[in-house]
Amino acid sequence: MNFRHAKTILLAAWGVSLLASLAASRINPYWLYVFYDIGIGIVMAVSLNLINGYTGQFSLGHAGFMAVGAYVSAVITNQCGDLSMFAANGIFALALLAGGLSAALAGLLVGIPTLRLRGDYLAIVTLGFGEIIRVLLQNMDKVGAARGLSVMHGWTNLFWTFGLAAVTVYVVAALVNSTYGRGFMAVHDDEVAAEAMGLNTTKYKVTAFVVGAFFAGIAGGLYAHSKQFITPGGFGFMQSITFVVMVILGGMGNTIGVILAAILLTLLPEGLRMLAGIEHLAGFSANRPLSWLGETRMIIYSLLLIVLMLARPQGLFSRKRNAPVK
Amino acid sequence: MPALLQLDKATIRFGGLTAVSELDLQIGRGELVALIGPNGAGKTTAFNLITGVYQPTSGAIFFDGQSIVGQKPYRITARGIARTFQNIRLFPSLSVFDNVRTVFHLHLRGDVRHALWRGQGYHAEEKSIAQRVLELLEIFQLGKFRDEPAKSLSYGDQRRLEIVRALAAEPRLLLLDEPAAGMNATEKVELTRLIRFIRDKFQIAILLVEHDMQLVMGIGERIVVLDYGVKIAEGSPEEVRANPKVIAAYLGD
Amino acid sequence: MTEFLQQLINGLAFGSILALIAIGYTMVYGILRFINFAHGDIFMLGAFAGFYLAPKIAALIPLPSIAGTLVVLGISMALCAGLGGLIERLAYRPLRKRPKLTVLITAIGVSLFIEYAGQFFFGAAPKKFPDILPVWQVTRIGGLSLNSNQLVVLGVSLVLLLALRFIVLKTKIGTAMRAVSFNPEAAALMGVNTDHVISFTFALGSALAAAAGILWAINYPSIDPLMGILPGLKAFVAAVLGGIGSLPGAALGGIIIGVTETLVSGYISSTYRDAIAFAVLILILLVKPSGLLGKKEIEKV
Ligand SMILES: Nc1ncnc2c1ncn2[C@@H]1O[C@H](COP(=O)(O)OP(=O)(O)OP(=O)(O)O)[C@@H](O)[C@H]1O
Ligand SMILES: [Mg+2]
Repeated sequence: MNFRHAKTILLAAWGVSLLASLAASRINPYWLYVFYDIGIGIVMAVSLNLINGYTGQFSLGHAGFMAVGAYVSAVITNQCGDLSMFAANGIFALALLAGGLSAALAGLLVGIPTLRLRGDYLAIVTLGFGEIIRVLLQNMDKVGAARGLSVMHGWTNLFWTFGLAAVTVYVVAALVNSTYGRGFMAVHDDEVAAEAMGLNTTKYKVTAFVVGAFFAGIAGGLYAHSKQFITPGGFGFMQSITFVVMVILGGMGNTIGVILAAILLTLLPEGLRMLAGIEHLAGFSANRPLSWLGETRMIIYSLLLIVLMLARPQGLFSRKRNAPVK
Repeated sequence: MPALLQLDKATIRFGGLTAVSELDLQIGRGELVALIGPNGAGKTTAFNLITGVYQPTSGAIFFDGQSIVGQKPYRITARGIARTFQNIRLFPSLSVFDNVRTVFHLHLRGDVRHALWRGQGYHAEEKSIAQRVLELLEIFQLGKFRDEPAKSLSYGDQRRLEIVRALAAEPRLLLLDEPAAGMNATEKVELTRLIRFIRDKFQIAILLVEHDMQLVMGIGERIVVLDYGVKIAEGSPEEVRANPKVIAAYLGD
Repeated sequence: MTEFLQQLINGLAFGSILALIAIGYTMVYGILRFINFAHGDIFMLGAFAGFYLAPKIAALIPLPSIAGTLVVLGISMALCAGLGGLIERLAYRPLRKRPKLTVLITAIGVSLFIEYAGQFFFGAAPKKFPDILPVWQVTRIGGLSLNSNQLVVLGVSLVLLLALRFIVLKTKIGTAMRAVSFNPEAAALMGVNTDHVISFTFALGSALAAAAGILWAINYPSIDPLMGILPGLKAFVAAVLGGIGSLPGAALGGIIIGVTETLVSGYISSTYRDAIAFAVLILILLVKPSGLLGKKEIEKV
């Protein structure tokens, strides 16, 4: 990708999101929410890609950071009554930022064990952190504990979702596509050599965690204000795994591929659900010939995952350079 | 003026094994010194001590008059010691260009914010870095591979790329761990020429570990011999060659 | 004091179930260096195998009875052993030379598949596991009320762990397992059929997980298709805690997690119980990054 025009592209993305957002009332609400899910999936997968794909740290707790952002931003906006559009968007921006920063702080906490742990040990510790965050939330009565928290304002819109997805992509791509940022990949390839070449590997790893967590927190804020109801259970490790799968299918450390995988994996269950709803199919006598797809769509999803890994282990959209080593 | 590198009784033990024992070693600016010894003598371990990969159990290490014991490897590199590895450790999935480019992060003026904002200053700096990387690659005839992943290079090219990468750190002392391993006779001759060339062109000191005696004798101005972690001889090639202890060590007592 | 002993025994029973599952994680890791994410689901399948077998067995041997329980246990272990080997053959073996992450994602896919298929075929609602084991009335020793089920869990686990130890240390296949885990290439050169050994390892681990599933269901008789997730996670934590790759480590880790979790939720707060395993793990790894009994791996430079 040519980054000469990166900022122009970013501005254009904002413009398009803004226009789309203004036209949102013409979009079928069902699809609107699917679009939100896609945007949020992109933010999550692209930010996780910085940690898992580019830097080669294996984090299994990304949904935990998302939870932090979701709860912090929701608690902030729940303090507000009905606001004018201008004020609402202003507060929302601040709430998202606060959510992102809190998640970044959590990322710093998780980053610290990375100084000493590697590979599977790191994976299980990040998973543990994610679960601990979930259990802590389950025990906080102020935010509804396990019952969940209602979010008063549905302030998420296409502008924020895709504008921020564009920012995430820009930041991650700008970071890695610089002399400084090639260090992330160097850490991924060979930590000992990276350190010997003057790279402060610890700092790189912690930076990856903090930046990744920041955007996960923002995604959490978007999620909370789109669903308007959040529970700690919604941010469990199965959620984290969904994002990991996006990163791996996208081809580890390949931003475009990861974006495509995020879109695909969000649409896949929806698509199966829709197919299941189709009435009267030529050649079938049943009323809803594909309704079995509805009940079995998650089985199909998991089977597809296995088949994909067997058929294209390097990821769906991987290019040459990005084949993971080791 | 203090020596560029000075080891005082540097010692490291792994459990019961003393891999390097009370090693005294001095290297002056621009000197070309060879470190030899039978397999397992502790040569690589000495490199790891100097570069901060391992911490000495006892003893002191000074670089340019200042102690570097306890410093992280990346700090030691920033101070001016760069190395290659006995078993090549490039960044295999990065391109040849990026392998060298990464190291320039040591000389960056701007930081992360620069990379994120991508203003004029950033582009100018990246451009000059790209130029310097390419110059370096050209000097070592690696320019034609610039976009290939490092792992796709031939063995000899990988060894050379590792040297280029180390040079990009602009070291004052370069440590080469068995650069001739796996090379054929012509490649070895070429390598000898290259090492001299590096010393003269970049005006740096080189400490070389090598098993190939012909290469070592031809190139080393001073030779240090280790055996079982202990320095058993030091001197000019002729002196070392004639030293009975060295002969005994190599013939295996 | 009696209260404490009571909790301790609860904890040991829970811990020994975790230990049985943890062994499977650690054995596979020791040989293939990969986390078999679907292992917790085999535990679940073990329990469901028992659930569906019990009525059939009851037609031959009256249940509840010890003999009947042993038959249920044995058949369910055998079924899951076969299934574990089959999964390895179909899903993991084709990826043997691929990056670990690829295999890990495949394992996650297998795990999801078992869970969703389980929900589809068994139904998502929890089921009551039949009483297959007679409960000898609660024994009282100085005010301590001992549930015989817990003693059975402890006893059966102990027997299985000893049997495993025997297999690994004393049999030919066990020697081969250790050889492959030590150095796969060398073992292959020495004529060890690594594919065989790996299949056997999966089968053995799965049998133990199935046993854990039955023991779990006897002790906490509500079973559902997602019941494997948390015990699976905790068992994995136990394996890492003990030093992944180490069999005694897995057993020790299981006991530590089981006892700590039970004691903390008994004395401090039960709502935090699912976080305890992880908190213990993080604390221990910060002090000992390779786990309690794990070998410290110094990377040679
Ligand atoms: N991390 C370590 N832990 C334990 N022992 C080590 C470690 N690193 C090196 N050793 C031991 O220290 C001794 C010296 O090893 P070293 O690699 O320095 O030898 P060398 O002179 O470089 O040999 P070669 O010519 O084979 O490269 C050897 O016995 C080696 O096994
Ligand atoms: Mg060596």
